[in-house]
Amino acid sequence: MSFSDKLRTIYQEQLNAISDAGIFKKERFIHSQQAADIEVEYPEGAGLKKVINMCANNYLGLSSHPEVIQAAHEGLDSRGYGMSSVRFICGTQDIHRELEARMSEFLGTEDTILFPSCMDANAGVFEAILTDQDVMISDRLVHASIVDGIRLCSAMHDTFKHSNMDHLESKLQLHSDKRLKVVITDGVFSMDGDCAKLDEMVALCEKYDAMLFVDDSHSTGFIGKTGRGTHEKYGVLGKIDIITTTFGKALGGASGGCVSGRKEIVEMCRQKARPYLFSNTIAPVVVSGVLKVMEIISENTERRDKLEQNSAYWRKGLTEAGFVLKDGETPIVPVMLFNAKLSQDVSNDLYNEGIYAIGFFFPVVAKGQARIRTQISAGHEIHHLDKALEAFIKVGKKYDILGKSKQEIIEMYGL
Amino acid sequence: MSEEMKDIILNYVIEEYLEDEDEEISYDTPLISGGIVDSFSMVSLKRFLENKYNISIPDDRATPEAFDSVTKITVLVDGFLK
Repeated sequence: MSFSDKLRTIYQEQLNAISDAGIFKKERFIHSQQAADIEVEYPEGAGLKKVINMCANNYLGLSSHPEVIQAAHEGLDSRGYGMSSVRFICGTQDIHRELEARMSEFLGTEDTILFPSCMDANAGVFEAILTDQDVMISDRLVHASIVDGIRLCSAMHDTFKHSNMDHLESKLQLHSDKRLKVVITDGVFSMDGDCAKLDEMVALCEKYDAMLFVDDSHSTGFIGKTGRGTHEKYGVLGKIDIITTTFGKALGGASGGCVSGRKEIVEMCRQKARPYLFSNTIAPVVVSGVLKVMEIISENTERRDKLEQNSAYWRKGLTEAGFVLKDGETPIVPVMLFNAKLSQDVSNDLYNEGIYAIGFFFPVVAKGQARIRTQISAGHEIHHLDKALEAFIKVGKKYDILGKSKQEIIEMYGL
Repeated sequence: MSEEMKDIILNYVIEEYLEDEDEEISYDTPLISGGIVDSFSMVSLKRFLENKYNISIPDDRATPEAFDSVTKITVLVDGFLK
């Protein structure tokens, strides 16, 4: 069938509808390495502009670290470019298994299995370990990749109100007749930057004989006093049955993810998880880079400590300036604007001031919850944060939102 | 159709699904098509009804259309009680 005019019209109408709804995404082209200072072409065809990046997941500032780049070069030279195979045929190198062991050691788990991405890990894990006799009970704000994994699984699915432990307990009681129960949460929620109450969740899971699943993608490497993740912060190392995480954020930021946890769960994924079985694994060059990242962050806590200090400095500056923030203590600091158009206008004005920070609105966040999500990095120096703060204050003054409450901003700009 | 049943179901929906205390719904507010209850979260409503009224609702009857308002849910449950 040729791609007829009729087909083009159907798709063009859908694209127009996305555009008319104001949610058409346009990419900005970065011409430099990922870092605190980047060079950006935006809009397409415009000259390069030097801006401070305030929205990368480069939490530890390791995406372009010279030692990581060097290790990747060495991996490329010694192990080649690609494997041209899935893991179980002829796609497993010694370094894949080395990284799996390294992650188990770091996360305090029994075993680990690598996936091409954490999206794939989340998409594959539930189907691999559950059947229609079981139930998955997830926080209502879990990441989209978990939602997709849940959709692919035949087990019953229910939800509990965000971080509401009483509601979770009522759901564990409601589904007590199921063979297996899995409680599912993000460790740090990506849009709000708040942490799941893992200590309370572990206690509930023990009480009701349920497994606990945590996606720690926005935590691994920096949350907890040695950066092992949300489970370290809440003192429940070794008590999380299934952890998924990514190498695409703090751990070098290239690609790849993993499922780490009880050895039987990991083995079930190795035997049955479709994104693992039917896709090439992480390229050797990336594995080599991640191994170096793990070495760097295991030597000392310098980077996660600096990130913590930077995050506190940034949050304090924005608070004193009079912005409405979401409460939290992670490097994700959402500046609340509530109105979708306002979030886009502020983002554009910030860009003109040399600050790259993106506005998020429905459907990425709930209606009336539009925001600029800022993300702090150990790669930021105080002068980056001061310049960014200066720009935020200038733009905040322009829109007269400094010192204004949520209600006042909504009255001025609507929802 | 039992008014008492409608109130019980309405109260359950408010407790279970509404996040904003100021939000108000009536017997005929569209729940699924109105975005108040996502199709994922329907399962707890289904299980609540089955436990409360000691009935079994087959999956092919527990459709988003049948669960789209308190009134429609009450009609569905009534059908299984007769």
